[in-house]
Amino acid sequence: MATYELTAPLKDEDVKQLKAGDVVKLTGTIYTARDAAHKRLCDMLDNGEELPFELEGAVIYYVGPSPAPEGRPIGSAGPTTSYRMDTYAPRLHSLGVKATIGKGKRNADVCKAMEEHTGVYFGATGGAGALLSQCIDEAEVIAFDDLGPEAIRKLTVTNFPLLVVNDSHGNEQYAKPNYEF
Amino acid sequence: MRIIKAETIHDAVVDLVLTAARYLPDDVKQAIADARENESSESAREVLGQLLENADLAAESGLPLCQDTGVGVFFVEMGDQVHVEGNLPEIINKAMVEGYEKGLLRKSLCHPLTRVNTRDNSPAVVHVDIVPGDKIKIKHMAKGGGSENMSRCTMLTPAQGWEGIKDFVIRRMAEAGPNPCPPTVIGVGIGGTFDLAPALAKKALFRPLSEPNPDPELAAMEEELLAEINKLGIGPMGLGGNTTSLGVKIEMRPCHIASLPLAVNVQCHSSRIKEVEI
Ligand code: SF4
Repeated sequence: MATYELTAPLKDEDVKQLKAGDVVKLTGTIYTARDAAHKRLCDMLDNGEELPFELEGAVIYYVGPSPAPEGRPIGSAGPTTSYRMDTYAPRLHSLGVKATIGKGKRNADVCKAMEEHTGVYFGATGGAGALLSQCIDEAEVIAFDDLGPEAIRKLTVTNFPLLVVNDSHGNEQYAKPNYEF
Repeated sequence: MRIIKAETIHDAVVDLVLTAARYLPDDVKQAIADARENESSESAREVLGQLLENADLAAESGLPLCQDTGVGVFFVEMGDQVHVEGNLPEIINKAMVEGYEKGLLRKSLCHPLTRVNTRDNSPAVVHVDIVPGDKIKIKHMAKGGGSENMSRCTMLTPAQGWEGIKDFVIRRMAEAGPNPCPPTVIGVGIGGTFDLAPALAKKALFRPLSEPNPDPELAAMEEELLAEINKLGIGPMGLGGNTTSLGVKIEMRPCHIASLPLAVNVQCHSSRIKEVEI
């Protein structure tokens, strides 16, 4: 298991070298989006509209932060459960998104899309929102302000701690439960 | 009749909301620290260490423990010798709204279909039980969506019995895997009716981790379920390890001779619970 320091947006080379179980410290620009924002992004794609951020190389963080206190760019900001975005993720990977950040399992379609389009799924520690917010230097709402916590925010992060859960080679880091389904 | 002013309840509820969101209860913190000692896997120790660090940071900074500050759930035990000046659920809802605003907590409720946010975290979910006495006890839980989504309810046949209950709970947790932010706490409601079982499961989650069930038989069942869940090896955040759950809490009631209602309410490690007696 290796540790990498990467800068977002990401390139194919950045993603290809990563293996499930590797640790990544991510610095740079990433975008927040969760359920409602994903629906709107895909509606915009259907209508041929221009999206509020560049998908090529993008890292999408599944988070709806709590409000920012005075003197801080953001409140608590840990990951939300990712499977709810599985409907949208393959399409976004096919359009250039390189990575998503969340918690919990992804479905087979998302994993296949990550293999085909060189994508990676990072896990961040769920429920550690206060701690993770310390790695966020700037936050700016760039779209869907009316969605409140679900608005799209452009975040500047430094050494954001991540674990490679699904790599672009079909491997997964989550423990298989000792259970016969 | 003891008369309690609306204002007294209001202030107490604002305080409950603010405290629950920021301070991880001591028994949960202790359970996480103990779990860390019992884990040999590096990733499990790392995750549990982060959770302890997060709890300290939240307490110091006033930031909520988790960005998902949840639905405001309240279980009220209202003494039959108490009269509250005003409508109790309304007082609680108003105070909850104030607490969420004041504490910079996330407003996480929306219309189920249009998904338009209600903007003030209302409505609170309030259950009221009338009990003997002249006191009022208000128990508050800030319930996150990720773990709530992994909860399930079913109607077993009487023939399925305890084996059927065990199978359902273990299978549910195996399916939930890393999704509900393990290590979890599991509330199990057995019996009652279709509507009562989930309420029992949620009520069970209010019992502190350090307190086993007062009924020795149920306490043994809680231990058995916890051991089975931890054998799954899902571990903290699903990365493998001995600690998939920190505790199992059961509440049981008689049910119809034809039924065996069962509910599993999943709570994440961020078990934000606080109560007050007035
Ligand atoms: S499941 Fe709990 S700890 Fe995890 S993100 Fe939701 S509220 Fe936070």
